[in-house]
Amino acid sequence: MNAVTQKKTIALPRNRLYSIIAIVAFILFAFIADRFFDAFTLRVFNLCAIYIVLALSLNLLNGFTGLFSLGHAGFMAVGAYVSALLTMSPQLKDMNYFLVPIVPWLHNVTIPFLPALIIAGLVAALVGFLIGAPVLRLRDDYLAIATLGFGEIIRVLITNAQPITNGAQGLKGLPRFSTTFAVWAVAGLMILFMVLLMRSSYGRAMKAVRDDELAAEAMGINVFRVKVTSFTVSSFWAGVGGALLGHMITTIDPKMFTFMLTFNILLIVVLGGIGSISGSVISAVVVTILMEALRFLDEPMNLVIFKTEGMPGLRMVVFSILLMVMIIYRQRGLMGNEEFSWDMLRGLFVKKGRKGGDHV
Amino acid sequence: MLEIKSLSVHYGGIHALQGIDLSVPEGKIVTLIGANGAGKSTTLRSIVGLVKPTGGKVLLRDAVISGKATQEIVQMGVVLVPEGRRIFPNLTVEENLLLGAYARNDKEGVLKDINHVYALFPRLKERRTQKGGTLSGGEQQMLAVGRGLMSRPKLLMMDEPSLGLAPLIVKMIFEIIKQINAEGTTVLLVEQNAKAALEVADYGYVLETGRITLRGKGQDLLQDDRVRKAYLGEVQ
Repeated sequence: MNAVTQKKTIALPRNRLYSIIAIVAFILFAFIADRFFDAFTLRVFNLCAIYIVLALSLNLLNGFTGLFSLGHAGFMAVGAYVSALLTMSPQLKDMNYFLVPIVPWLHNVTIPFLPALIIAGLVAALVGFLIGAPVLRLRDDYLAIATLGFGEIIRVLITNAQPITNGAQGLKGLPRFSTTFAVWAVAGLMILFMVLLMRSSYGRAMKAVRDDELAAEAMGINVFRVKVTSFTVSSFWAGVGGALLGHMITTIDPKMFTFMLTFNILLIVVLGGIGSISGSVISAVVVTILMEALRFLDEPMNLVIFKTEGMPGLRMVVFSILLMVMIIYRQRGLMGNEEFSWDMLRGLFVKKGRKGGDHV
Repeated sequence: MLEIKSLSVHYGGIHALQGIDLSVPEGKIVTLIGANGAGKSTTLRSIVGLVKPTGGKVLLRDAVISGKATQEIVQMGVVLVPEGRRIFPNLTVEENLLLGAYARNDKEGVLKDINHVYALFPRLKERRTQKGGTLSGGEQQMLAVGRGLMSRPKLLMMDEPSLGLAPLIVKMIFEIIKQINAEGTTVLLVEQNAKAALEVADYGYVLETGRITLRGKGQDLLQDDRVRKAYLGEVQ
């Protein structure tokens, strides 16, 4: 018995040590990347962080609370626009709004990035709350359809509210605030937030609602309130993610926030594992890199026997195939609803070492 | 402790409960038996507020609880162990138990009660990090009962705890029910397994298509000819 406990007390800090080393190594890597990577690579690296935030916020809803929502792009749009309008200088606004002048109360507002980012999240959360309160009385497919609809409604409203949003022309020349430090700090905060939330009793309540609503209610959980909270918090982070995205690309327009954007994030969540924090993180990084690395597929190709003129969207076929393969062989995604641990990694190598008949 | 007065429930056009009266005295085990569709589960669900009654009232220690939200009723010390166990399959055994204590705020008390549940069901302790869905039927029922106990209920209501379980496990579950009762928790038990239920119960009620047709002491009902014919499968 002594031997067992001893082994455990040694194993525990060792894993923690690995984690600390991994985090420190990553921070160092980020510094090196920021210094020495070329602009394109650095941008992909930072895009990974933004997609981590977005994937986790959608996973909170779809994976942990079991609410299948497809309106994420709408909340991102709200965040992106709020943050853009709050940080752009009056001169910049004048340059953008050449068709219809901007409403006077927004013209002179210019605040620093951090408060703008927080307000962007809060406004998105408010919109999420207002939409969530009626919509969350629906379930399953109906909820998905309703949220999809509301996501599009937000986009249409933005397109038509020209004095506020500059309509279909979008906004150009957003301040480039999404630095390596900013995006990875937010991503780190998001990961920490999710880990702590899932360990808290509120996170447990969310998972209980996902698993069995009636039983959750019988335990004294206010199911509706948990759903609305989850929806609101998820919208907050979607807004923050959208704002970061806007300040990275420096141009936003309503067409950016169509259902395709939601789909990309959903793809990350499903591939990574519905209900897994580490799954979403890994998948966000892999998918973001692949999205860029596979760009050559969209361009004209000369394959000796046949030439293509360039087919935009061909790289998405790769993701479709990936998704199909995943659904056939690993229905629950890369991580299922498990979390990454060092023991799991070790187990992976050990299992490979003595490849037995037992496959899980 | 619990008084039900002419409670009525409608599901759409169906009159599921047609004004039933029932009382559960403090510290006793009371059982409600009846065939499928008699309204047993509906009774329990309307007590805990999962179903809204259309008439009559439910009193807990002379305070009206019918019409209150479920989470308030749970906080007042009434908990339902639902039919078919309904544990949370993707959460670990320990998380399931912690969710049972969701309405409570005293961390130390919760920890103590978890250990108490582990003492009652050592099997759950062995499987504390396992997912609920990987447990066997009997273990899931233990978990459901344990989860119910975690709210420190004054009144524990169980809906068909013997459903789909092997006879040996059923016997064990009923032993546990007696033990929980001996520790001071009042129990309201709904069962189709009339014999097992009446053997442990102090009082019994027979429910037929939304009406209470018989009531009496557990032992008396066991001897009652009508009960024997209808529910204990005795040939005339």
